Amino acid sequence: MCNNANPYVPFTATIEDTWFETVGDRCVKTFKVILDDAAARANWSHQPGQCAMVGLLGVGESMFCISCSPTEGDFLRFSVMRMGKVTQALHELEAGDKITVRGPYGNSFPLEEWKGKHILTIGGGIGQAPLRPIVEYVQAKLDQYAGLTMIYGARTSGDLCFKNEFAEISKNDDLTCHLTIDLAEEGWDYNVGFVPSLLMDVNPSPENTIAITCGPPIMIRFVLENLKKLNFDDAQIYTTLENRMKCGFGKCGRCNVGSLYVCKDGPVFSYATLKDIPEAFA
Amino acid sequence: MDIFKLRKDKFADFLASLGGYKLFAPQKVGESIRFAPVTDAGKVELALANTTVPPKSIFFPQTETLYRYALGNTEMHPPAEGEAGVVLGVRPCDARAQVIVDNLFSWDVDDPYYLERRKKIAVVGLACNKPCVNCFCLSVGGDPASTEGLDLLMTELDDAYLLQPLTEKGEKLSQAVAAVAEAAETGDLDEAEKLHRQAREKINRKVETDGIPQKLPGLWDDALWQNTAASCLGCGICTFLCPTCHCFDIQDEVEGIDGRRCRMWDSCMFKEYTLHASGHNPRPTRRERTRNRINHKYNYFVQKFDVIACVGCGRCISFCPVNIDIVEILRQVKEAR
Repeated sequence: MCNNANPYVPFTATIEDTWFETVGDRCVKTFKVILDDAAARANWSHQPGQCAMVGLLGVGESMFCISCSPTEGDFLRFSVMRMGKVTQALHELEAGDKITVRGPYGNSFPLEEWKGKHILTIGGGIGQAPLRPIVEYVQAKLDQYAGLTMIYGARTSGDLCFKNEFAEISKNDDLTCHLTIDLAEEGWDYNVGFVPSLLMDVNPSPENTIAITCGPPIMIRFVLENLKKLNFDDAQIYTTLENRMKCGFGKCGRCNVGSLYVCKDGPVFSYATLKDIPEAFA
Repeated sequence: MDIFKLRKDKFADFLASLGGYKLFAPQKVGESIRFAPVTDAGKVELALANTTVPPKSIFFPQTETLYRYALGNTEMHPPAEGEAGVVLGVRPCDARAQVIVDNLFSWDVDDPYYLERRKKIAVVGLACNKPCVNCFCLSVGGDPASTEGLDLLMTELDDAYLLQPLTEKGEKLSQAVAAVAEAAETGDLDEAEKLHRQAREKINRKVETDGIPQKLPGLWDDALWQNTAASCLGCGICTFLCPTCHCFDIQDEVEGIDGRRCRMWDSCMFKEYTLHASGHNPRPTRRERTRNRINHKYNYFVQKFDVIACVGCGRCISFCPVNIDIVEILRQVKEAR
């Protein structure tokens, strides 16, 4: 929920560190930021799956998922693909620069409810950004979960985000990480092919498992189909939706899918909820 | 509460008695009639049909500053609070619309800009003696003399206005009026009753709205949307002039080093409204956008707030450049199998 008396007025925050996750025209840059105001920092609390409105005065604001778990520390991370006006301006920024942040917005992954279960994340490209907080959260509280399997793919190895973190994941027996890229590359020792096919190869059991998928719409469509083939129940499957947003708290109107607002009722939805909304995967 | 009768020749005195408030009333502005600050009582237009632009513009301005800032500085300054006001001559449908929109702006997170104006600005209504040709308020829970959302209801009699306070705010206003008005008599009340009844009978456009919210989901892929959207120009007038439409955009405006972040009316009929930065658009054509407009008013809003987000004012019909008619759309929804 908004922490300010006026929900439109953001907090200011300072960029502590930035780095590029990927290269190219639509490169992804991660920003690690700290809210400037001590009280705002103390009151801020977010859960994996939630979003925040990140802005630059004079340019505008855009909604991003918070790509870190609260278990990681007293900071926020945003992984931003260079795409439009705001993201291009954000990409110009370096450590020490100021941005504005308001939020956190939306619901979150029901990780409390999922305790004792095996967590399966299936991500594609920048879609790993909302999944990363789950991966971090479950790693931090591994004794409370039955395990974690991560399936993640991108077009090329250069398009994979958070690469340096995968080595850490592979070290632990309760964690499994499967990576894939669309086409073979020299020096690539992992899977080659699309994420939905890799999912079938990994062949996860639906028993006591929650599957969360996020990525390009076409990938989500085939992942959902394949999860159904693997006998996952609708209620065992989760995804996050994104839509254009201006306010973040259910006023400006545009992010609706059917009667649900992505900013308030989402961004996290179970497939059991979404499958009856014709607009959900539009 | 005491009911007053204000003779028309005392109307200017009545407005003068409201001198302590910032006063808005219908006036001709260019080619349209809209609510504007009153500087000359003679320019107030109460005899004309309903305003072109609904009074939502008083509570939710077409463009407003959320906060100001100077480039290179991170201090943000929201505007000072507004003054107490009165908006006079509001038709019952538009007053109801504001009550419907209140649901949204106070849903979970309060919108301070809108709600502050709602608190500070009293609404003086004017019953419709002569409904417009496209009025269909009776079909959507309204009435030409509905008091919902009004602090005081005025009814135009032959040579006077009947002033009926409805709330504490209205009572306060009528006390200010007492000096220039006289106590109403039973005959005046009967006369007003009769005019209200006659107005109801003059409303020709009707649609049975029962069951429409339940029926719309099943018509998701119906040809109705394509057929309706085929003539749509995407101009957005149906949403800009709609008293319940409340969607907005937020943009930064910068001049020199002075910046402001402001919000302005937006329309679900524009493609940019839902366009993602990636170029993907979940509502890519006017078919999806028309379907969303009708579903939002007659389905989604009903699911969330248990009221249809349409008050039957008929503006979207009267001002549509290609004669798209919401009553006709609803009739087709009703008749679709």
